[in-house]
Amino acid sequence: MKLLKFLLLGTLFGIVMAKSEAFSWFRIQEMFRFQAFHMYGIIGTAVILGAIGVALIKKYKLRDVKGNPILFYPKDKSTMRYLIGGTIFGLGWALSGACPGPMVVNIGYGYIAMIVVFLFAIIGTYLYGAIKDKLPH
Amino acid sequence: MLEFIQQPWTWWVSGALIAAIMFLLIFFGQSFGFSANLRTICSAAGGGKFVKFFDFNWRSQIWNLVFLLGAILGGFISSQFLSDGNPVQISENTISDLAKLGISAPTSAQPDELFSIESLFTLKGFLILAIGGLLVGFGARYAGGCTSGHAISGLSDLQLPSLIAVIGFFIGGLLMTFVLLPLIL
Repeated sequence: MKLLKFLLLGTLFGIVMAKSEAFSWFRIQEMFRFQAFHMYGIIGTAVILGAIGVALIKKYKLRDVKGNPILFYPKDKSTMRYLIGGTIFGLGWALSGACPGPMVVNIGYGYIAMIVVFLFAIIGTYLYGAIKDKLPH
Repeated sequence: MLEFIQQPWTWWVSGALIAAIMFLLIFFGQSFGFSANLRTICSAAGGGKFVKFFDFNWRSQIWNLVFLLGAILGGFISSQFLSDGNPVQISENTISDLAKLGISAPTSAQPDELFSIESLFTLKGFLILAIGGLLVGFGARYAGGCTSGHAISGLSDLQLPSLIAVIGFFIGGLLMTFVLLPLIL
């Protein structure tokens, strides 16, 4: 039962990705061509509301449902890994039209070919793990 | 009511719901980061025996795998019950730009030229999907997160690394869109 809430939240996430059309290759192309506000509106709204909420959580030192303090951990300071990793991610995002979440939403929606994209994303992750010590971070 | 839900959802409703999902995950003691699942799957499949990066207690991440199952279910529910059957409403400029690359105007959410089963079983069609996925998976872990972890969670926490990652997403995305895609398609 503890996991049911995560199933429901994931389901809501999948529905939002599909109904906002953010899971569409066409929408990602439109975004990278700066030809519509749609995707920027979605991400921008989420980030502005997110930033207000995170600031309030910190200000009022809110706790989670288990009573533990909510902590935000600063990510490791670096430029190379975020810039290079991000660029590689962006190349794939514009080619396949999907980041990891929308990939599985597409599979559920009935786009069977997206299974290939998702499997290769797992392989890509494995490949990174295998050679990460040789990469600049 | 159902008719109302079946239309595409406007950007601010969708953005607000994504923020709500992030905060509910935070209040449930977790965080919003989807690509972590890819690492968890590598670990659950036994990758930890060969690569140290996957040698961790993946069972602590089962909640996120359940979230992933929910996302699949959400996609299924959307196509079966919440769709009005119309193609995605992208801008006319995008439609004409894509036509020059040989991608026809939307008839659904995805272009047949890339995501049909017929295309999947051609060498070029397969390679596009495989390489696209490979780059996303490799890049997400290299950058330490994807759109949910960096662009949404990280930027909400005003983290500089996440801003650098998002700038990277756009460098790669623009390079693919304007330089590589015309060569590939």
